[in-house]
Amino acid sequence: MIHIPLWKRLLIWAICALGILYAMPNMFYSRVEGHNDAAAAIAAAGGTATPEQTAALGQWPDWLPSDLVNLGLDLRGGAHLLAEVQVGDVYASRIDAMWPDVRDALRPLRDQVGNVRRQPSPPGVLRVAIENPAGMQQALTAVQALAQPLVTLTGVGQTDLQVTAEGDTVVVQLSPAERAATDNRTIQQSLEIIRRRVDEVGTREPTIQRQGEDRILIQVPGIGSAADLKALIGTTAKLTFNPVVNRTTDAGANPGPRNLLLPAADEPGVYYIIEQTPVVTGEDLVDAQPAFDQNNRPAVNFRFDPAGARAFGDYTANNIGAPFAIVLDEEVISAPVIQSHIPGGSGIITGNFSVEESTELAILLRAGALPAEMTWLEERTIGPELGQDSIDAGSLASVIGMVAVVFFMIACYGWFGVMANVALAINIALIFAVLSVIGATLTLPGIAGIVLTMGMAVDANVLIFERIREEIRQGKGPSRAIEIGFEKALSAIVDSNITAILTAVIMFWIGSGPVRGFAVTLGIGVLTSMFTAVYVTRLIIATWLAFRRPKSIVV
Amino acid sequence: MRLRLVPEKTTIDFFRWQYVTFGASLVAVVLSLLAVAVFGLNFGIDFRGGTTIRTESTQAVDVGEYRTAMQTLGLGDVTISEVFDPTFGPDQHVAMIRIEAQDGAEAITPEVIGAIETALRAVDPAITFPSVESVGPKVSAELIWSALLAVAAGSAGIWIYVWLRFEWQFAVGTVAALVHDVLLTVGIFAIFQIKFDLTIVAALLTILGYSVNDTVVIFDRLRENLPKYKKMPLRDLMNLTTNETLSRTIMTALTTLIALTSLLVFGGDVLRGFVFAMMFGVVVGTYSTLYVAKNIVLMLGVDRGGPKQDSPAGTRFAEAEN
Repeated sequence: MIHIPLWKRLLIWAICALGILYAMPNMFYSRVEGHNDAAAAIAAAGGTATPEQTAALGQWPDWLPSDLVNLGLDLRGGAHLLAEVQVGDVYASRIDAMWPDVRDALRPLRDQVGNVRRQPSPPGVLRVAIENPAGMQQALTAVQALAQPLVTLTGVGQTDLQVTAEGDTVVVQLSPAERAATDNRTIQQSLEIIRRRVDEVGTREPTIQRQGEDRILIQVPGIGSAADLKALIGTTAKLTFNPVVNRTTDAGANPGPRNLLLPAADEPGVYYIIEQTPVVTGEDLVDAQPAFDQNNRPAVNFRFDPAGARAFGDYTANNIGAPFAIVLDEEVISAPVIQSHIPGGSGIITGNFSVEESTELAILLRAGALPAEMTWLEERTIGPELGQDSIDAGSLASVIGMVAVVFFMIACYGWFGVMANVALAINIALIFAVLSVIGATLTLPGIAGIVLTMGMAVDANVLIFERIREEIRQGKGPSRAIEIGFEKALSAIVDSNITAILTAVIMFWIGSGPVRGFAVTLGIGVLTSMFTAVYVTRLIIATWLAFRRPKSIVV
Repeated sequence: MRLRLVPEKTTIDFFRWQYVTFGASLVAVVLSLLAVAVFGLNFGIDFRGGTTIRTESTQAVDVGEYRTAMQTLGLGDVTISEVFDPTFGPDQHVAMIRIEAQDGAEAITPEVIGAIETALRAVDPAITFPSVESVGPKVSAELIWSALLAVAAGSAGIWIYVWLRFEWQFAVGTVAALVHDVLLTVGIFAIFQIKFDLTIVAALLTILGYSVNDTVVIFDRLRENLPKYKKMPLRDLMNLTTNETLSRTIMTALTTLIALTSLLVFGGDVLRGFVFAMMFGVVVGTYSTLYVAKNIVLMLGVDRGGPKQDSPAGTRFAEAEN
């Protein structure tokens, strides 16, 4: 008789029962999904439910587990983007904004340094020539005084600016420590802003992750195409208000130093020359809402924070009668003439918008501008029909493969094959249960991984059964043969499975995309198949032995 | 009535054609390397950069017309191939269009994709585009590197594990068998010019896992038999061990192949290359288990000094289980 303590039996059955319970929602995928969506929508709405939501909620009882395996983009359809954030952009705007401060810091030193002149320089570097090189030391000290101490852990004792002298020129740029900190901040901000923009559209379970140093991976199931997704998150939505220098129709006009030549958004062939340094930027916005102007055309209402409101108010008070430009992503949306002092810090952007455009612009402004531009390294769109085809083909292949394996096992091992098949079924339930609970994503290669583990899960049982056969041949009694068979096969099972897990871990660690999805299912499949082969099959056979007490067995 | 794939007791001499089989394996490995060098691998966009567009239509695909329609767009090298699959319906016609990476652009722009779609719609109004995938040259270079790294790290991990659990001769034999299996599979992909992308790398890694599994089971039995038959020559002992485990080797290979065959036939064209790689790997892996790994161990010899000649880590496990 094979002795298995009662607590162990109970534990094994409990694990199997839990596995089946947690795998079950996947059998009723659309139903449970409807229930989950409705529950999320009701929670978001603060507990009030529409009749449809209540109906959807009722499709699946609350007391049952409702975790589902996430379907990957290749199964559900959707868009996948890999973006690289141009972190260098931020240095440029930070340093550019330093110029007025540097000028002001050097002004009291005019006696020592003479006149100061800004010189052309690459982005991210500010070069200021001083008339009197003898005063360089004072100039450096004065500019260095503008630097802020760093507050990061690694940057203790360092400041954010690196100020050096090159002949008669003061060169100001961000210090390396500050650059690293800025990069990190830029990525975090970009992640946050992308997340807000994607959430505003309200799709289900988008994946927005940082990858490596300066990359962001965005996967949104159910969206029409990568192009749509790019239009949504690729827009920098950088809003600035700049003084207008001139208006021209000459695309080749020379804007002059520190001015920009930008096209007008709604008047083809018209260009504005504006000052490069803005009066206020979109970062000072606290709110933006779609609205209509006095002529009933779509527009966007906005409100500044106190600092922005002050700057905007001061500027409008001093420049009544002058035009200023509202610039969005390198295009002049409109260039109204300042009629009066605007003290309240709110205003309206009018342009040639449609209602959709003004709504989208409001969303983008509200979510905030991306701190830097993004370039696209990889994009994939998978249509939902192709995804459905893949699910259908994958499930059909799995079912047929499983039936074939089941018959093959019964043909080879008879009653023992039947018991191994029960363990195999439990194994598949366990795989789905674990995938659901950890929220893993099932991809097409992942389905192949499950089919493969079915083939390999049988391996452990084959090892055991072959051992039992050998022991029977040597004349051992049924329960003794079975016991020794399990014991002796264990070392081979452990060895072979550990190597399989090893490769799965390496695949997960190094691989990306489809390789990872495959590694997860393979790794989980190997673990659960070890459990079912060693514990579940053993328990089933032990129970059968105790019940039947056969005199002899044929494996 | 039981299905017996292998007779209860076999006495096959696996070393009878030792030099022939080993030589054949060597030749096959060299041929695979040659095939890769001469034909090259048909890299997918994952590794080469570029764009693939999958089209689907109720009308028959006319590759020539597609090509003419896209010629005016100036996209450089364009490959168009029709996809056939038994799972497609009677009026389901699928083609894959591959466009090389465009100069100066990391990923293809939506305008270009829009232009291609418009051009193809002019040819065939019923056409749809179930998937569009675009990978920039920067990422694809990194993907090649990480794929190579994955296969190398997988082999190294297996080497170390087998070394710790058994002895170094076994580790050398196992890894030689792995390299044999992976190279032969890559060689087949070069000869038939099957698309080689990231999922194929996953298949290669699984072949590693499967092949090592197969080999380790025999080595495990060999380790168990070594102290039992102290006087038997290593060659005979290996034959005995292999014959003892032969039934299991064949059974497992067959069940795995059964499951994979179902995927190959019914799993759709997207997975076909992947499944093909696995099936080939399982067959080659079984062969290399029987004829490559053990040959190398036999050539290197095993230290059979005493009854406890297992490495310390191995002994601990073996004692716990006996």
